[in-house]
Amino acid sequence: MSAPAIGRWPGLVGLLAFGGLLELLPRAGLVPAGYLPPSSRIARALADQARRAEFWTALGDTVRTWLTGLAIAVAAGLVCGIVIGSVPALRTATASTVEFLRPIPSVALIPLAVLLYGTGIRATLVLVVYAAFWQVLVQVLHGVGDVDPVARDTALSYRLGRWARVRYLVWPTALPYALTGVRLATSVALVLAVTGELVIGTPGLGREIAVAQGSGAVPAMYALVVVTGLLGVAANLVTRAAERRVLAWHPSVRSEVPA
Amino acid sequence: MTAAVRRTAAMLGLPAVLVAVWWFASSGSTDVYRPPLSRILVAFRETWFGRRLLDDVAPSLARLAVGYAVALAVGVGLGLVLGSSRPLRALTEPVLEFLRAIPPPVLVPIVMLVAGIGDLMKVLVIVSGCLWPVLLNTVEGVRAVDETLADTCRVYRVGGALRLRHLVLRAASPQIVTGARQALSIGIILMVISEMFAASSGLGFTVVQFQRGFAIPEMWSGVLLLGLLGVVLSLGFRVVEARVLGWYHGLRAAQRGSR
Repeated sequence: MSAPAIGRWPGLVGLLAFGGLLELLPRAGLVPAGYLPPSSRIARALADQARRAEFWTALGDTVRTWLTGLAIAVAAGLVCGIVIGSVPALRTATASTVEFLRPIPSVALIPLAVLLYGTGIRATLVLVVYAAFWQVLVQVLHGVGDVDPVARDTALSYRLGRWARVRYLVWPTALPYALTGVRLATSVALVLAVTGELVIGTPGLGREIAVAQGSGAVPAMYALVVVTGLLGVAANLVTRAAERRVLAWHPSVRSEVPA
Repeated sequence: MTAAVRRTAAMLGLPAVLVAVWWFASSGSTDVYRPPLSRILVAFRETWFGRRLLDDVAPSLARLAVGYAVALAVGVGLGLVLGSSRPLRALTEPVLEFLRAIPPPVLVPIVMLVAGIGDLMKVLVIVSGCLWPVLLNTVEGVRAVDETLADTCRVYRVGGALRLRHLVLRAASPQIVTGARQALSIGIILMVISEMFAASSGLGFTVVQFQRGFAIPEMWSGVLLLGLLGVVLSLGFRVVEARVLGWYHGLRAAQRGSR
């Protein structure tokens, strides 16, 4: 990913410069400190948060909503994708419905979710699952459609059964696509989990941010935003590493020159 | 002729069945939260075809359009600069990865702090969310400019604006379009969210008002409208994409055919 020839440290320099800029802008009075506290204040607020039990509960709640929703969406997306993708009649019948339902922004469901499920975790889960499901489904559909015709004919002439075809033909072809879908779904699920907490008030980091905003605790608000960003970065790193590991056998990964 | 009929039937079949199921399953519904579809449709006509179209729908869409346009311009501009300078890219990569990983809705409280709750806030929120996918995809696209083409440009001394327009922007355009597509769905989410927070007009605001006031059929009609909006915008995007990237899709198809 990063340019190997330059090494790791320019990025670190960039991060430090960014932190330094955030420190200097408010200190020099270019930006009012009420809008943007210096980064040292944000860091202190972060340390304060880390000592609060409520913060860790909120973090746990967010992660739980996020991963539960993601797991449901991935399981449903994989099963639906493989079933729909392997039956041409189903595929043509559902294509327009999928195309129609997919772009519906899942925040449109917020009022419905609140009405039907209140402000508990289930309301937010609905948003997370709805948003993440399509990412996985569409990628798996692409993947299943990408099966090599020669390989399929070979499998058929060797009389591989339906299950064996799914296991040895469809699954390996669709796996790279599915993992891309999972990666996209992971970040979308985080966005919707935090959104649900922020707007609906489901327990979690998003609600903590809303509370900090309501009470005018600006540095704490920034600190919590930083935490959500770190969660996002962690999700990116984990899904990319998992992709490389799971697909170590795949030509596209094998041919990559090791950095 | 028959093929066209069959295609239309496949396209409209399942949606028609689903709508019919919804219509008849809900027709006798006395559940306050799940009103009959017929009532929702009546509410849809009464609610949205009138002054609300001007008072709520138009301002929302205008803010989305302005925010999206600014994010595109800034994202592509910055992306061109960062993409063509290797040291700059190494310096900024971790910072950008972090900023991108922050779930965009948590920026709403921060932007509210700076810009209040007016139109400016909503536009800024949309810009701050849509910017990252455009920027990072542009950087990737500019980075991957074909070496041979770049060398050819150098040999023929094609430089400046000519090079920018015909080599760099052209080569990066598939990636830029990908980024723009991601940005559009984020933009719709942020348009709704920013209005749910603090507004006196707009789609998100109105829908939440309906939910709080237990105007259930009206709320359902708002959810429908938001969904339709998502679908229409994504269709519109596809039309624009087909025009802008027609050369690219043709090239890909030709390459695939000759292989």
